[in-house]
Amino acid sequence: MSTKTQRMRTPLGRVRGHGAAGSGTTHFWHQRLTAVSNVVLTIGMIVVCISLLGRNHAYVVQILGSPLVAILVMLFIVSAVYHMRLGMQVIIEDYVHDDLPKIACLMATTFFCFAIAFASLFAILKLLSGV
Amino acid sequence: MAETKAPVERPLSPHLQIYRPTLTMMMSIVHRITGAALFFGTLLLVWWLIAAASGPDAYAKFSWFASSLIGRLILLGYTWALIHHMLGGIRHLIWDTLHGLDPVGREWLVRANLIGSVVITAVIWIIGFLVMGGPL
Ligand code: HEM
Repeated sequence: MSTKTQRMRTPLGRVRGHGAAGSGTTHFWHQRLTAVSNVVLTIGMIVVCISLLGRNHAYVVQILGSPLVAILVMLFIVSAVYHMRLGMQVIIEDYVHDDLPKIACLMATTFFCFAIAFASLFAILKLLSGV
Repeated sequence: MAETKAPVERPLSPHLQIYRPTLTMMMSIVHRITGAALFFGTLLLVWWLIAAASGPDAYAKFSWFASSLIGRLILLGYTWALIHHMLGGIRHLIWDTLHGLDPVGREWLVRANLIGSVVITAVIWIIGFLVMGGPL
């Protein structure tokens, strides 16, 4: 190990082990955490979607607006959107190197994810309150 | 601080065009592509939920799209991307535990991923058609 690179980091910084981004392995870990929850929730979503195939609006509203299904869908949205926000960040950081476009892409990603999550959760809340 | 030196011409590290394509490499790329596709695919989920919350007319429009040929192709692609990415994600989780990283194990895992995604997608759609009482 070269002593030159070592000197750039303070002992406290090394002990904390949070690296240049200041968040350590949090990003990696949250991607894994949501990967595991996504597996469970995705299987649930597939079952719900199959059961609603070809059904009319009234039936779909009744099922999506029932507490257990609504909770499943809401959990899926939160887990999947957080997961895809983390994932898209990695993709952007891999390919977009100049600061300004990178920050613009990351912002757009965050806005998109919030919009998706908010719109979906709003729809479910409306269905829960009986349209 | 001393004066800044002119940058030295260093060899660049080899990138994609240098390496012979391998199955694990392709599957890594596909995991990224499916992840990005699912990212934008959430728009379909939002459309579905908003349509259901908006009323019968909006829902009829969504249903019409979902049962059209192009809609079905998109949903078929979405199903496959989701299953493939899910299995690929499980593969990553297995690798995270340092299992299956040897040449035999990793080849086996990516093959299982590929075959599994096609089989499971087919099973889901067959069940879907059975639930609907036929492909129409
Ligand atoms: C269904 C279960 C899922 C599992 C087990 C899973 C697992 C994973 C894992 C482990 C990674 C990190 C790969 C790496 O470090 O190279 C990842 C990346 C990603 N995932 Fe998922 N995921 C799932 C569902 C989803 C869904 C529903 C979406 C989108 C709505 C999504 C979007 C992404 C994106 C955009 C990436 C970044 C791809 C990359 O860095 O190459 N994933 N996924």
